Amino acid sequence: MVTTGRDLRLDLFRGIALWLIFLDHIPSNLVAWITIRNYGFSDATEIFVFVSGYTAAFVYGKEMRERGFVIASAHILRRAWQIYVAHVFLFAIYLAEITYVATSFENPLYAEEMNILDFLKQPDVTIVQALLLKFKPANMDVLPLYIVLLLLFPPILWLLRLQSTVALAASALLYALTWHFNWNLPSYPSGHWYFNPFAWQLLFVFGAWCALGGAERLAGVLHSRITLAVAVAYLVFAFLITLTWVLPGTSQFVPSWLEEVIYPIDKVNLDVLRFAHFLALAVVTVHFVPSDWPFLNSVWLRPAIICGQHSLEIFCLGIFLSFAAHFAMTEISGGFWMQVLASALGIVIMIAAAGLLTWYKRAEGRHPGSRPKKTPDADLAGGEA
Amino acid sequence: MKLPVGVFAAFLALLGVAVADDRPTCEIPPYLLFGNNELKRVTAVVKDDRRLTVAVVGTGSSALAGPDGPSSAYPGRLQEVLRQRLPGVAVKVVTLVRSRQTADDMAKGMAKLMVDERPDLVVWQSGTIDAIRRIEPDDFRAALDEGIEAVQKAGADIILMNMQYSPRTEIMVALDPYADTMRVVAQQHEVPLFDRLSIMRHWSDTGAFDLYAGGKDNFLASRVHDCIGRGMAAMILDAAHLHVSEHKAAQ
Repeated sequence: MVTTGRDLRLDLFRGIALWLIFLDHIPSNLVAWITIRNYGFSDATEIFVFVSGYTAAFVYGKEMRERGFVIASAHILRRAWQIYVAHVFLFAIYLAEITYVATSFENPLYAEEMNILDFLKQPDVTIVQALLLKFKPANMDVLPLYIVLLLLFPPILWLLRLQSTVALAASALLYALTWHFNWNLPSYPSGHWYFNPFAWQLLFVFGAWCALGGAERLAGVLHSRITLAVAVAYLVFAFLITLTWVLPGTSQFVPSWLEEVIYPIDKVNLDVLRFAHFLALAVVTVHFVPSDWPFLNSVWLRPAIICGQHSLEIFCLGIFLSFAAHFAMTEISGGFWMQVLASALGIVIMIAAAGLLTWYKRAEGRHPGSRPKKTPDADLAGGEA
Repeated sequence: MKLPVGVFAAFLALLGVAVADDRPTCEIPPYLLFGNNELKRVTAVVKDDRRLTVAVVGTGSSALAGPDGPSSAYPGRLQEVLRQRLPGVAVKVVTLVRSRQTADDMAKGMAKLMVDERPDLVVWQSGTIDAIRRIEPDDFRAALDEGIEAVQKAGADIILMNMQYSPRTEIMVALDPYADTMRVVAQQHEVPLFDRLSIMRHWSDTGAFDLYAGGKDNFLASRVHDCIGRGMAAMILDAAHLHVSEHKAAQ
């Protein structure tokens, strides 16, 4: 499994996850039917959080070993700050879009829906609540989750390096207690966080645990035929259940005792069924895509890999592009071809931006007078060993 | 050779205009409208007492503004279609619409409403305000349970109606978790759900209506409400096994 070199699979799957998140974030987008959330319980968010935990542990774990707890923690917190700034920047763009929609659109059919804009009447409250990460518009929930996960990460990483099993057990315990006591962070104007950090931390910490040797320990289990068979069976089961959500009249084939057991499948608190679905996907993926798979270096996978290597920038760009796509659909046309065009163009722009960032980073590194790069970059899965 | 083709084309174009000017083709696929959950109280009062009182409980999207608002909004359309389809039955649709109410606000008033209006059927439109205010899903669910139980305790039938499909505001509010909750609650209580969200999305996808369009007048709104009223009437007649009309379509 992973030793010191980069595992391109992480970049690859995070890049693909970023594309899928973008497609899922465009409302009424028929192209989003290709994304994995329609074929099972988990979606691209799970991949993104897991890979982010993995890379964070890989990069900052190495730094903690070489430069100590304080320096590594400082860098983790700086990363959290960068993500916070990115989130506020996206919020500003979001406000720009919806205030435009609010003033340019009038239709008596949707008089009630225009109440959504009530919060604009109280900018003093709303903007402060947004800065406190309590007011989060739809589709802007992932970055706040990421911020909280990174804020909690220094002690977790410390414990993971010291006693990885204890750290993972503590994470699982927090997850269980969260389910039992309904812990979550409050939202404004009401309710709680859409991605409960106390539950979703399990996936992040599990990713970190895998990066720090857990994956090697699991290798035996991961490569057993029984595990693979169980994983495939579970994926088929999840696929059949999701089919009953979309095919009219098929939900009656799900026995009511099974409905009682599995529903509701809770995204807020990372339902066990979702977590298990992600694990099953990971098992199957690891089986069919080994880390030394030659195709990983192929030019065809480069676009996804470079997107995965600049995940924060490309994630934010994807959110922005989903706003832009929605805007184009409302102002120009919402037809099918517009959806296809907006989806394809968005992914091309994401790839182009990632290519530009790769070039920029390389150019900066080569510049004779540039300062040597010491600080690690959690974007670079595996980093330069 | 060319002239007849041209004439034919012109004729087709005229025909096209004529069809486009006619009633909108807002058909609803049967799977969105017809299910297994029955309206037994409605069946009984229509057959035995030749009367039917429907109460529409809801928020802003159950009403239209303006002088012709009450008659062109879907509760008014529902009353008219039900009267046509059920000749000899005294059909009355009362609307109890107040804007900006959450499901909890409406559930709290449900018991009193059952005493005051004595409806045989309650159409409960809900979810929009809860989604906008991001009410905790568990609280939303509990409110729906409470409201349904109050109606059923009074011996009446109930139909749940979810949110409108609103493509322009779609990016601003996450409706799906609330729509899912309503679907689950309807299933558990075995009451019909008028899935306005999917129905209007279907109309948008098939081009029956351009729901992205703006415009200050009620032209689009009253056509959509007319179709919702017809669809609701078809659902009621089917779920109460009142096959007065030979075809089940919403038209």
